[in-house]
Amino acid sequence: MINLNTLRKLMGKTKIYTFSGGIHPHDMKAATKDKPIIDLEAPGELVFPLQQSIGAPANPCVEVGERVLMGQKIAEAGGFVSANIHSSVSGTVKAIEDRIHPNGVKMKAIIIENDRLEEVADELTPLDEKTVTAAEIVERVRAAGIVGMGGATFPTHVKLSPPEDKKIEYAIVNGAECEPYLTSDHRAMLETADEVIAGLKLIMKALGLNKGYIAVETNKLDAIAKLKEYAAKESDVEINIVGVKTKYPQGSEKHLIKALTGRCVPPGKLPMDVGAVVNNIDTCAAIARAVLKGQPLIRRIVTVSGDCITEPLNFRVPIGTSFQYLAEKCGGFTKPAAKIIMGGPMMGMALTELDVPVVKGSSGMLAFSEEMALPQPTANCLRCGRCVTGCPMNLIPNVIKEAVCANDFEKLAKLNLNDCIQCGSCTYVCPAEQHPLQYVRTGKAKLSRREVKA
Amino acid sequence: MENLNEKLIVTESPHIRSGNTTSGIMLDVIIALMPALIAGVVIFGYRAATLAVVCVSASVFFEWLWCKIVKKPSSIGDYSAAVTGLLLAMNLPVTMPFWMAIIGAFFAIVIVKQFFGGIGHNFMNPALAARAFLLTSWAQAMTTWVAPFSKVGADAVTQATPLAQLAQSVDAVSTATSVSAETVQLPSYLDLFFGTTGGCIGETCAFALLIGAIYLLAKKVISIKIPATYIITVAALTFVFGGKDGLFTGDALYHILSGGLMLGAFFMATDYVTTPYTPKGQIVFGIGCGVLTAVIRLWGGYPEGVSYSILLMNVASPLIDRYTAPKRFGAFKEMKEGGKNA
Repeated sequence: MINLNTLRKLMGKTKIYTFSGGIHPHDMKAATKDKPIIDLEAPGELVFPLQQSIGAPANPCVEVGERVLMGQKIAEAGGFVSANIHSSVSGTVKAIEDRIHPNGVKMKAIIIENDRLEEVADELTPLDEKTVTAAEIVERVRAAGIVGMGGATFPTHVKLSPPEDKKIEYAIVNGAECEPYLTSDHRAMLETADEVIAGLKLIMKALGLNKGYIAVETNKLDAIAKLKEYAAKESDVEINIVGVKTKYPQGSEKHLIKALTGRCVPPGKLPMDVGAVVNNIDTCAAIARAVLKGQPLIRRIVTVSGDCITEPLNFRVPIGTSFQYLAEKCGGFTKPAAKIIMGGPMMGMALTELDVPVVKGSSGMLAFSEEMALPQPTANCLRCGRCVTGCPMNLIPNVIKEAVCANDFEKLAKLNLNDCIQCGSCTYVCPAEQHPLQYVRTGKAKLSRREVKA
Repeated sequence: MENLNEKLIVTESPHIRSGNTTSGIMLDVIIALMPALIAGVVIFGYRAATLAVVCVSASVFFEWLWCKIVKKPSSIGDYSAAVTGLLLAMNLPVTMPFWMAIIGAFFAIVIVKQFFGGIGHNFMNPALAARAFLLTSWAQAMTTWVAPFSKVGADAVTQATPLAQLAQSVDAVSTATSVSAETVQLPSYLDLFFGTTGGCIGETCAFALLIGAIYLLAKKVISIKIPATYIITVAALTFVFGGKDGLFTGDALYHILSGGLMLGAFFMATDYVTTPYTPKGQIVFGIGCGVLTAVIRLWGGYPEGVSYSILLMNVASPLIDRYTAPKRFGAFKEMKEGGKNA
């Protein structure tokens, strides 16, 4: 195959950083991309589910009736792959009881009544950028309860402590923000570029690197310019701002690494296996705040958008705030909302009810009216192959669907279902309104159930 | 604020769709076929339009009737039956009796498509299969070509297709029959390009077909892979082997512009259902169609090979798909590393 980038090089053009496959959805970001982040005042009651990261849930370390301060640790990480939780307000612990998590499951949560005094706990002291050591950075990231804020919520300190035998060469910050509607990372890059750069420098220090990359989709040229301006000020380290092609799912960790380094993370392996560590923009800024200002992770940026939100906005939201409160702060709904999504429209989660709290992984809230939310009747598969060319993992979604329907486990085992990153490209492009991704999920479940039985 | 909770729709991600639909795609194909149909009407007269209406109505009627009989929800709304009918008409000579065309539509819709489960399940292109069926059943009617701009009727002037003329001229040289090479007047490239030659309603005017093809490519309904590999393969093979004076003297342009190649490559070899869905498979499919077409045209008993080559490759599509599955993401790297360790 002719390499497109070799051709472009011969023609004297710059390299396009991208991957093969993927789709081009309408980005729908215009509604919020120019709206500055608004600091949202915390509501009267905040709910902190104990599961806010991948891994073990945290264990409460406060008691009912106890007074807590803003930034005080209220739950201790339940293991290495887990994260501390801190109160985002000062107030009293009202209860520790089962509440609905945004994922629809009832689980233990700490409920805090806000006394609106905003008394800050000084559990974490600011560290000096020049003298801080790698170990101190990792420890601080762990103590501050920082997790991947792009939505995957993988505890960041785990990413920053690779095993001895893994040599890390690339510290990458993911500013692709390829999900339609969402502009939280875009605004963070524009408004807190200094923190993003400072965070990346700390990540580089923790990993022993003097070179770092920030990848931004080329639909956010203003953010690229802003970051370049700040990166140019750094003399002792090299920070590269790389424009990557606007294509979904460019923000997928594996595909960002492929675009930037040409390396493919092998099936079942982690980015660190190919020498790369990828962190989200807001995570990066959170690291800077935790280390340099001593602030734990208690707020995050949330884009509120969708066709029935009165005024789409970007908020800096105290974690634990109800989605209902967010909707009210945007002026409510213009027409009845039929579907509320936490996160982006491609990989986000449909909420079972509106009164659930913002957690560390909530990058957005979208409210869709019935006309956008109602599933259309499905037709027969046309074998058009749009799902095959759209799949960034090179799977064959239409065949997977057939095999799942036929319970053909022999065939399923060969179709690499576990490679699926659940990006939803196959389903997005399907003209027959089929839902291949749902069949992939069903197939995975069927296979694992079979393994358990066997 | 009113309580929405009981009304919230909860589904799995993704929550948005591209807006592409089966009916939208079929409608695009119909639109793309319009220039060729108009050209057919201009060249062969209004009966071309009547025949197209007959084929489309019959196809849609049989689709509706079948759904009624087997108590399935009617699928005429996806316009696929209309596309089949239109493509069938494009593949018929303008003099084709209506009743034969209706039987062709029945064969395409009921036997080729619905017997196997309807849209998405047929293993051959219904319109092409019907054409092949009609050609074996009523060879005379299917190969009576009228000259362009002559009135259809008892006194119609008949004319051989460009490919038949070419075959004649080649035969004339090789066998030195009474028809000498000079007396066979081949149509000019311009005639071929604008379709003022004998042939099926929709196949002669390369110009009109290209307009439709550009529309389909621009709307991303079809990809260039199959048409490009198909046409290039035919061009290469006919250039190398198709000449009267030995190798590398063939008239590739004549072959590209004549017969059903343009119609077949852009509108029938790109049918989703009966062609491979893998990108590599589509290239294999295009090359395979090209080889078969060239072989039939140059050495076969028929002057034209487009429909049979596409039908044969349709049958091979599932096999092609199986052997051209896309490479697993990251698998190459793993092998390379494994190789290093070993």
